[in-house]
Amino acid sequence: MSNTDIEIVVEDPTAPEADSPAVASTGVVEVVVSLLLLALALTLGWDNWRTGAAWDSTGPQAGYFPFYLSVILGAASLYGLATAFLSRKEASETFVTRAQLRRVMAVFVPTLLFCLATQFLGLYVASFLLIAAFMRMVGKIALWKSLLTAFVFTAVMFVTFDIAFDVIMPKGPLEAAFGY
Amino acid sequence: MEAFGLLMHGFAVLLTWKTLLLMMVGLVLGIFVGVLPGLGGPNGVAILLPLTFTMDPTSAIVMLSCIYWGALFGGAITSILFNIPGEAWSVATTFDGYPMAQQGKAAEALTAAFTSSFIGSLVAVLLITFLAPMISSFALKFGPPEFFAVYLLTFCSFVGLGREAKHKTVISMSLGLLLAGVGMDTVSGQLRMTFGSTDLLRGINFLVAVIGLFGISEILLTMEERLALRGHAAAISLRVVLSVWKDLPKYWVTLLRSSFIGCWLGITPGGAIAASFMGYNLAKRFSKDPDGFGKGRIEGVFAPETAAHASGTAALLPMLALGIPGSGTAAILLGGLMVWGLNPGPLLFVEHKDFVWGLIASMYLGNVVGLVLVLSTVPIFASILRVPFAAVAPMIVVSCAIGAYAIQNAMFDIWLMLGFGVVGYVFKKIGIPLAPFTLALVLGSRAEDAFRLSMIGSGGDMKVFWSNGLVGSISTLAIVLLFWPAIDKAFGGVTRLLRPAKTVS
Repeated sequence: MSNTDIEIVVEDPTAPEADSPAVASTGVVEVVVSLLLLALALTLGWDNWRTGAAWDSTGPQAGYFPFYLSVILGAASLYGLATAFLSRKEASETFVTRAQLRRVMAVFVPTLLFCLATQFLGLYVASFLLIAAFMRMVGKIALWKSLLTAFVFTAVMFVTFDIAFDVIMPKGPLEAAFGY
Repeated sequence: MEAFGLLMHGFAVLLTWKTLLLMMVGLVLGIFVGVLPGLGGPNGVAILLPLTFTMDPTSAIVMLSCIYWGALFGGAITSILFNIPGEAWSVATTFDGYPMAQQGKAAEALTAAFTSSFIGSLVAVLLITFLAPMISSFALKFGPPEFFAVYLLTFCSFVGLGREAKHKTVISMSLGLLLAGVGMDTVSGQLRMTFGSTDLLRGINFLVAVIGLFGISEILLTMEERLALRGHAAAISLRVVLSVWKDLPKYWVTLLRSSFIGCWLGITPGGAIAASFMGYNLAKRFSKDPDGFGKGRIEGVFAPETAAHASGTAALLPMLALGIPGSGTAAILLGGLMVWGLNPGPLLFVEHKDFVWGLIASMYLGNVVGLVLVLSTVPIFASILRVPFAAVAPMIVVSCAIGAYAIQNAMFDIWLMLGFGVVGYVFKKIGIPLAPFTLALVLGSRAEDAFRLSMIGSGGDMKVFWSNGLVGSISTLAIVLLFWPAIDKAFGGVTRLLRPAKTVS
């Protein structure tokens, strides 16, 4: 194989370090998830019992089917909890390293802020801010490229959904100023 | 012959400039989502679903199914050129596809992948054409107990035949079924599991859950890894295509075997992942040169791609005929049908003939057009990977939010999508499968209705699920599949006991 065959190369300057310490093990996360699912099963089970999980003159009550599903979910979660405690292999496996978590947070936090901004500023302004800020701050892409990409993408979305396909998205003060 | 006539009618419905244009748009979008890291067939279909809300059902489903075919084709590009399987079922394709690319035979590998995808899909579509109407007309005789037994069979086979830990599949499935019941009870009108929230009155829309579970979680997972790529550029010439096609008859056994495996595992919920690996392993096992596999054999590309695509396509058969999707993507397509007020299942073949046969015709046409399109545009799509992920990721997030909001015009759904994104990320990392969750969420209310109607009809007697030969057989099969691992182990033990005896004789 000649080297000229390799033509597409994309580097990742922010790649997570391979030797980053573990933040949590898979075993611990399995225990936490099992406990949360167990709590959910108990809550939903209680709510369905309250709604009515027995029979009346018309047949099974509204909570009948979901109540027994809550029981199944609770039992499977308990089994999962026991397995997570007993499994040595999973207890030693890394769920996420510190470097990986930092990168996941670099997406999650802006997404969370984007949802919040959508509520107050409308979807299109929030989209513009998310794309421009993410490209600039996380991707270290030139400011003009980030702003231009964010503007073009947001404009294309607006034209496609709100105008061409008549799918109305949440609007904010900026769109209101333009009469939308 | 009746099926053939109806299929021709389907082509007549389909062959309008508007539908053909939508087909092309769907295919291009599909290849695009297949190539992009952090997206794939199910995510692409779910995210782009709102685009189809204002279309008529036939145009909409044609576009959505073409997104699906396109994504399947697109996945092979990254597997072969970059050794990055876009989907789990593309893993087996990398075993021989990437070594072929390293040997300077990327064009041959890509042609082989696209052609075998086409063959696999074609065999499955032929099966759908002739089998689906028969199954659906048979299913017209079903009552609530039979339908519940079929749902039970689907759920049990996911638990019994799935590769994941059984309790994790049960968790995923029961959680999906529970969330499907949130909101107003369709029979009594009573509110349940809403805890006083007005937003939960509408229930949890499964498309919102899917966008979060697949779209947002995939972005989080993709971001976690190193995003550097080093791969091959490839352009496919007509000469290469013709030379690969000339050799096709040599591999007819492999293609036929993989198609059969794919169709079988697509109809039963074995799935495309199992099909691709089984196709690859059997091709290796029956090959005269098994040691050559993994070093760049074209057969190693033909086998998994044919099986995976046959499986992906065949998964639409139970969806159309019975209203029970055979895969996660089929479940999303089924959700799409429900958005347009269509009720997938046996009645669809009676009440919406134009729609069903238009869809089946689009499977033929979409695959032919997709094959031509993908063969001629590989360099363009491969170069998409040069776009930095930091630009792609926020655009996918925005597309997900638009998709989630558009379904019910509710801001709450955007928050719900984010929540499901985190759930999907954690579930994927600890091995809780998401496909049973999706399936349960989409089938939950139908399964509950069938169960309640059966119970009301029988006065609460569970024997109704064994009240005649048909429902009894399906229910028994469901129980057998639920305990399949234990039964298999028991039979495995017997096999082990027999093996030395055979050797001695």
